[in-house]
Amino acid sequence: MHQTTSTASHPRGSLELVRRFFANVPLLAWFCGALVAVILERAVGLSMAQSLGMPRIPVLFGFLVFLKQPALIPGALGYVLLMNILPICITAKIGAPVFNLVSRILYKMPLVVTALVHLAVLYAVFHFWADVNAYRMIMLKMMLISILLTLSLNVINGYMGEFSCSHPGFMALGAYAASLFTVGLFVNDQLFGPAMMTSDYAVVFFPLGLFFTGLVSALGALVIAIPSFKTRGDYLAIISLAFTFIIKSVLENLEFLGGPRGLSGQPDWSSLPMVFIIVVFGVWVINNFVTSTMGKALNAVRDDEIAAEAMTVDTRKTKIIAFMFAAFWAGVAGGLFAHVLRFVNPSTFGIQKLAEVLAMVYFGGLNSVYGSIVGAVSISLLGEALRPLEILKWIIIPLLLILVMIFRPRGLISFKEFNIHNLLKPRG
Amino acid sequence: MNLTFFFQNVVNALQWGSFYALIALGYSMVYSILMLFNFAHGDIFMVGTYIGFVLTTGLVALSAAGIVVLPNWLILVLTIVLAMLFTSCLGMLVERIGYRPLRGAPRASAAITGLMIGIILQTTVLSIMGAQRVLYPSLIPTTAYTVGGVSVTNIKIMIVFVSIALMIALHQFVQHSKWGMAMRAMAYDYAVVPLMGISINAIAALTFAIGSALAAVAGIMYGMAYPILDPSMGILFGWKSFVAAILGGRGSIMGACIAGFLIGFIEIFVATIFPSTLRDLIAYSIILFILVFRPHGLFGEPYSARLRL
Repeated sequence: MHQTTSTASHPRGSLELVRRFFANVPLLAWFCGALVAVILERAVGLSMAQSLGMPRIPVLFGFLVFLKQPALIPGALGYVLLMNILPICITAKIGAPVFNLVSRILYKMPLVVTALVHLAVLYAVFHFWADVNAYRMIMLKMMLISILLTLSLNVINGYMGEFSCSHPGFMALGAYAASLFTVGLFVNDQLFGPAMMTSDYAVVFFPLGLFFTGLVSALGALVIAIPSFKTRGDYLAIISLAFTFIIKSVLENLEFLGGPRGLSGQPDWSSLPMVFIIVVFGVWVINNFVTSTMGKALNAVRDDEIAAEAMTVDTRKTKIIAFMFAAFWAGVAGGLFAHVLRFVNPSTFGIQKLAEVLAMVYFGGLNSVYGSIVGAVSISLLGEALRPLEILKWIIIPLLLILVMIFRPRGLISFKEFNIHNLLKPRG
Repeated sequence: MNLTFFFQNVVNALQWGSFYALIALGYSMVYSILMLFNFAHGDIFMVGTYIGFVLTTGLVALSAAGIVVLPNWLILVLTIVLAMLFTSCLGMLVERIGYRPLRGAPRASAAITGLMIGIILQTTVLSIMGAQRVLYPSLIPTTAYTVGGVSVTNIKIMIVFVSIALMIALHQFVQHSKWGMAMRAMAYDYAVVPLMGISINAIAALTFAIGSALAAVAGIMYGMAYPILDPSMGILFGWKSFVAAILGGRGSIMGACIAGFLIGFIEIFVATIFPSTLRDLIAYSIILFILVFRPHGLFGEPYSARLRL
């Protein structure tokens, strides 16, 4: 949030002042500021909340309090100011010279090291923030997973320009494959008998299982990729939609997977570090993919397939790889999803899921890694923040999306490359 | 499967397919002139059904209270006419809010707007009517006739005949009226039509209105045949009719009707031969199969990359 104020391109008036004030603050300083804030919250958050008249720490920056108990609004506002905004801004501004120094040293090191240091601080922020209660933990995991899912759909809908509705299907394949892997091998249950292996090496086996899960989804993607040679646009949309319905229907009819009741008893392996590492790794791989020659080939296929073919782009290969690649990551996201909820059933992966993922992609922006992250984070946060409104939430979010579509038809941040150097560089 | 059983299912499939065909017409007409699918159409159908429900219930209550005593057939006719009117207003509103501002935008953006309007309609009905299913009041006592072992109810006959009559009427309208001519012109060449003094906005609104009115009729007839309504019914029918519209060939009115009936037949016969849980699986597999080998649908024009994208 502070990031946007510091890098917004056309701010006016007071926003411009804020931007100038924070212009010399590097990303590292923001992250460290956030770290200070979450550690402070952990130390004195509860007593602070109680002295401001709230029974416990407001879970989501006070949003839930605003809508649920209006009487507590001043307290929640004060809490957010004292515990979130002020510590972040003060640490960032005062520490800016020091952090710039550190940034400058880090910036001279290999990019991997710089990025890893930033990610480690970011992880620490997430860790302390989510540690406060279980609600924050599950919300954060879901948000990270939806980033991966949104980004993988953006590969097809944004970079390749098809309208694919098959992501819930890929995700379902992934969720069930991963659940089969873990429930079948590592858990005592009545469906698959006693555990065949101990779960001591979960850290190794889970990513391995997710890899195979992704491969299963990627194989499923062939069903869409092969018809996509001959057909584009609406017909491909329908084929992918039919795929989603078929997967859902198959899962409902497979009794050994629990049928419509679903499958439960997944081990609790989607811990926050696991989800964080896999999502970051996924974002990194997808970002590399779309900035590679392959990514340019995707754009060429989107803009003009015949011209792309003439310029020696193998359009068939490009389409197959794009679909399988996107499905792979959707499958991985599905596997993580199943292990966060520790329960899957076929009806999770229906039209509702489709609308959700599409909303995230088109809200954030097509053809952009930034956009996908912004879309996934903002739609997830909005969904959670408006939860107290219950059913009205499903009027406000669609209305917001309609407005975005009318005023920015390609999404908020579209066609913007993820420039990691620019992001990590020292500022002053 | 003996012959009586077969014909019994043919009758059921004709009725079931009528709903799909009527809704698919709305998708197809909008597609033919604006080159985009109105993804809110399934929910417009649902709203039409609920409008019909409220009107019927209201009129029946008025009659029962003795304020305005109307015979049942008049209530039915009034319900249909008023529901068509209100639902077409809704359709025009959807066009005005969701699609007109997005004429120049990428088509995917319009699809997203449509999906979102659908969610809004569904949520609105859900919050007004509540989540519990409501019972559609029966206006006409069901009488069953048995013809050679095949049981046919008067409602089934009415549904099939009204649907076919509406399709013929729509065909006549599109082929022989001035408005229909304008619609065909717009489908043929979108850019030249305004030069001929035809308002694109008026024709688009008219198309949405007609499609929505047909959906409202389908909804009321659905309520009479299967008198239990819930707000999520639009999803089920909407998506299947959308599939029918694609299967028939984009923008082909006849194709949409035939594909609607075809899907009705596939579903009914799959459900009688196999366990009914396999219905969606087999139906969608057949559709996938048809589309892989006939990518332009049954009556569609081959796809050109130069189409207005």
